[in-house]
Amino acid sequence: MLKLFAYLRPYALTIIGALLLTFTSAITDLSLPALMSTIVDQGVARGNIPLIWRIGALMLAISLVGVFASVAGVFLASRSSMKFGRDLRSQVFKRVSSFSLREIDTFGTASLITRTTNDVTQVQQIVFIMQRMMVRAPLMAIGGIVMALTTEPKLSWILLAVIPLMALVILLLALRGIPLFREVQKKLDSLNRVFRENLAGIRVIRAFDRTAYETQRFDRANGDLTAITLRVNIIMASLFPFVMLMMNLTTIVIVWFGGLGMATGAIKVGSLMAFIQYTTQIMFSVVMLSVLFVMVPRASVSAARINEVLTVDPEIKDPPRGEKNLSGTGVVEFRHVNFSYGGSSEPVLRDISFTAKPGTITAIIGGTGAGKSTLINLIARFYDPSSGSVLVDGVDVRSMTQEDLRSRLALTTQRPILFSGTVADNLRFGHDDIPEEDLLQAATVAQALDFIQERPGGLGSTIDQGGLNLSGGQKQRLAIARALVKKPSVYLFDDSFSALDFKTDIKLRSALKKVTADATVIIVAQRVSTVRDADQILVLDEGQLAGVGRHGDLLRTCEVYREIVASQMSEEEAV
Amino acid sequence: MNGEQGKNKAAAPGQRDNQVGLKPAQIMGRGPGHGIGQPVEKAKNFKGSLRRLVGFLRPYRISIFVVFGLAVLSTAFSVAGPKILGLTITLLFNNVQAVANHTPGAVMEYGRVASILLILLALYLLSAAFSYATQLVMATVSQKTVYSFRKAIDGKLERLPLSFFDTRSHGDVLSRVTNDVDTIANTLQQSLVQIITSIVTLIGSVAMMFSISWKLSLVAIATLPLYALATTWVTKRSQGYFKAQQKYIGLLSGHVEEMYSGHPVVKAFGYEGKSVRRFNGINDQLYDVAWKAQFVSSIIMPFMTFINNLGYVLIAAIGGIMAAHKTITLGDIQAFIQYARQFTQPIIQTANMANILQSTVAAAERVFEILDEAEESPENVPPAKIVQTFLSSPGPVTFDSISFSYTKDRPLIQNLSLSVPAGQTVAIVGPTGAGKTTLVNLLMRYYEIDQGSIDVNGVDIRDLPRGLLRRSFGMVLQDTWLFGGTIRENIAYGREGATEAEIVAAATAAQAHHFIRVLPQGYDTILNEEASNLSQGQRQLLTIARAFLADPRILILDEATSSVDTRTEVIVRQAMEKLMEGRTSFVIAHRLSTIRDAHTILVMNGGAIVEQGNHQELLAARGFYADLYRSQFLGIDYPATA
Repeated sequence: MLKLFAYLRPYALTIIGALLLTFTSAITDLSLPALMSTIVDQGVARGNIPLIWRIGALMLAISLVGVFASVAGVFLASRSSMKFGRDLRSQVFKRVSSFSLREIDTFGTASLITRTTNDVTQVQQIVFIMQRMMVRAPLMAIGGIVMALTTEPKLSWILLAVIPLMALVILLLALRGIPLFREVQKKLDSLNRVFRENLAGIRVIRAFDRTAYETQRFDRANGDLTAITLRVNIIMASLFPFVMLMMNLTTIVIVWFGGLGMATGAIKVGSLMAFIQYTTQIMFSVVMLSVLFVMVPRASVSAARINEVLTVDPEIKDPPRGEKNLSGTGVVEFRHVNFSYGGSSEPVLRDISFTAKPGTITAIIGGTGAGKSTLINLIARFYDPSSGSVLVDGVDVRSMTQEDLRSRLALTTQRPILFSGTVADNLRFGHDDIPEEDLLQAATVAQALDFIQERPGGLGSTIDQGGLNLSGGQKQRLAIARALVKKPSVYLFDDSFSALDFKTDIKLRSALKKVTADATVIIVAQRVSTVRDADQILVLDEGQLAGVGRHGDLLRTCEVYREIVASQMSEEEAV
Repeated sequence: MNGEQGKNKAAAPGQRDNQVGLKPAQIMGRGPGHGIGQPVEKAKNFKGSLRRLVGFLRPYRISIFVVFGLAVLSTAFSVAGPKILGLTITLLFNNVQAVANHTPGAVMEYGRVASILLILLALYLLSAAFSYATQLVMATVSQKTVYSFRKAIDGKLERLPLSFFDTRSHGDVLSRVTNDVDTIANTLQQSLVQIITSIVTLIGSVAMMFSISWKLSLVAIATLPLYALATTWVTKRSQGYFKAQQKYIGLLSGHVEEMYSGHPVVKAFGYEGKSVRRFNGINDQLYDVAWKAQFVSSIIMPFMTFINNLGYVLIAAIGGIMAAHKTITLGDIQAFIQYARQFTQPIIQTANMANILQSTVAAAERVFEILDEAEESPENVPPAKIVQTFLSSPGPVTFDSISFSYTKDRPLIQNLSLSVPAGQTVAIVGPTGAGKTTLVNLLMRYYEIDQGSIDVNGVDIRDLPRGLLRRSFGMVLQDTWLFGGTIRENIAYGREGATEAEIVAAATAAQAHHFIRVLPQGYDTILNEEASNLSQGQRQLLTIARAFLADPRILILDEATSSVDTRTEVIVRQAMEKLMEGRTSFVIAHRLSTIRDAHTILVMNGGAIVEQGNHQELLAARGFYADLYRSQFLGIDYPATA
């Protein structure tokens, strides 16, 4: 957590201000019982009414100062902690944006989202609380002790006995409780899991008529959760009565021993009353401090998670001086490329070499896990090869800037990704200067024009987050249109036609052929019918090139290709 | 936010207002997160839902009654404390004064002091014991209640029709069984007793104050409007900020989620810069309202303290003057100050209580909404003879002029008749999204047909209990459903009480035995939540094994094997073919051989059945099927190139 505090530096003055103000308000709170004791011992006991008024007015003035200090302190603390949170969030987001896919894979998308949102909120909250309570509670405790000692030194041994005792009991309860809270979370997760499975698998459950079994499973999870929660709650049930009892008992003890002291005149009633109030203040502070002891570790878990993101250096960086070579036509070349994912010794791609030229279609086919998508990702430099090199227009992609490289490419992913916003926003995607005709043209080629125009608002109609209001086929067509709008020299289609019905698929691909005539097209496919007319087919099998050639050649020469074809068509049709 | 947030509710900055009202009981932060001035979700029918919620507590009415009694006593005892303590102080003060003035016979009356303090000690001990008892009982009551709540929801889901699951967001249903039920639990555990203690403390303190001095009481009460003023002022402002904050958090999370999950596309299209700028824009707006929300909601405490101090000073001063005139004792002032000090907290709590109740009832309402959903029609219990007929037949299926639609205005199936003799195959073909699962829905009675009848084994399926009907079907769908458990348990799911030998036999028949055996834990391998420790093909083999074990007479199969690698696909296909042997089968077909050999082909498009017949008939008809066949399986339409 300390590392993150570096982000507080710009607000150091604000924070110091907030702390000073908190300090001030604590001092004012501490001075009130002492003044009160003066009213009793010097005003009431001696019938000195003017003194009562004078001290009363002083008390009022002091608490007025207190409230101003408090409000101003809260003001500064709110601003500095929220600014800190804002900066931190922005840093995390910027960092994640610079990540390559490898880092994204390592963390996981869901985890990165939580780190950017919830974790930052946690830390930001603790920064606020620290500026308020963390200073205030010890101050009130220590100040209370000092004030108590100066008002009644003879009773101070009571504090020495009571405060450690109370802290100890709270600590013990927390130590017993916290592991159980984790257990509760686990049981809650498993209840959720059973319930989610029940929702998702309802068809299967009913098909096998296993509702009774599922009920049992849910009931067990439900019972487990109830039992463990009950255990925690029973432990925690003693906390509040205990704290109250301690305070009350302490008061009794103070009054008894204070009373003994009164006989000798060593202790005055007013200061006894003040002593009681200080003791109460101290004990409340102890409770608050123990709350902090629970909260800080929690927040530091969040802080550590954020720090992990901030300290990871993206593996893929731009070269210091990127080669400028904007004249290229889009030749893609692989030279003896090997690739394995981090930590895994098993290579995903082994010794891949090929060249894809402008004006041709290169198709990649192979089973799942054969490395098809990985190959595409290497061209876009989402990963760097373990050895060998990937060249675009004769230049190693590692010596171009990522911006330069990617401006030459257009990619459609296996799972179409769309963003909330209008259809036009999605098609332009960042290139706001593209005229509407271009969008319409691309949509026509992608066979998306009809359904776009059927939507109320056409190009201006909105797409929900994740494209939930579109069918799978519509999403794929929009993703293809988005790629076309960019008019790049290299098209990368990663299995982008799978959700299209066959007629649309055919129309789309024949229209596509015309607009991509001069470009390099690389298509990953599952269906043989998609690849059979390609200029060059790469057959991938467990990371290796099992064959390169046209459909007819491969049928003769490549065993793996024949197997794939046979699994999809009967022999006589394949020839 | 994909499950992990799943919990999906992004915690708002300042949502849990940690400075205000941190009670020891909330140390672990499980208190209902309603600080002052946060927007409250209103229940639609507060009274009715509240009454219903109370109904759930009926079994515990005696416990609750006892708890209320104990809470009242516990609070009353602790409210009496300061007054009694005041007596002691007065006594001591008078003794000291008398001794100092050498009043004859004046001594320190330690005996009396001791006995008063002992009474006080007893009161405090009792108060603590009772308070502990209430906490214990309420912990039990609340946990038992939410247990039965969850059980009721789960039981309800069993009786809901499939349309409920198909149209509701699962996240929403899940949130009701977790978050909403949790809100109810917290209220029962903490707030219910708190209502009692707050009210008793408030009334008790005011009564005590009046018993001590009505003049000072008026001073204390005069500060009340100030509290109300401060609270309403803060609430009015902060609610707007909190709402805005919630909005921007939503926007921010949405943007983050989109950009992170669309990372490859963002990079490929060079959108990072724009994305960061957009993020910073929302982030700045969030900051702008977040600090105000935090600030405004946090100043309530200093305000309260100030008002309290104001009362304190006035009471000390006026009380001091009264004491100087001997119209009040010193101990009484001390007691009075304590009462005046402690009567703010219950006021804040009681004010808060309305909000907590509102949100609890709103949560309960959401749970009740599920409990009130229309259920499936009740099961028919057919005469034994019909069951006999049904069970003895090998599985012919007849559709007699059925009609069906999901929504009234879009008829999907009209007047379809079809007779499938036992052991034959019906192939269902059509493009993606053509509604091929509709037929499955009707056969399995997941949805009820509007007109006509479906007979299975010569019995109208509506005359049978659903479980009996469904057990005669085996289903292998593309969406493989496996649950978090061992491989053995997942296969055994096919039939209750299957033996180990039967499970292995089923796995062997499905060609799954081999891959299972080579796993380090074999049949005991635990599948993780997404079963990502198995490949898609392996998962499919497990569901086939499950169907083998169930040994149904009728089969519903989805041949689709996308995202299965070529080698496994061959195995899956062989397993499916073996499973189909001798069974009446409905196959969502993707393979030409299946389609050509099928007894009947149902061609679907746009949700409706557009053609029906065998391969030769349909080709001859030169309709939709003929097109589909030529392009999908022969690839002929793809324009010749080069």
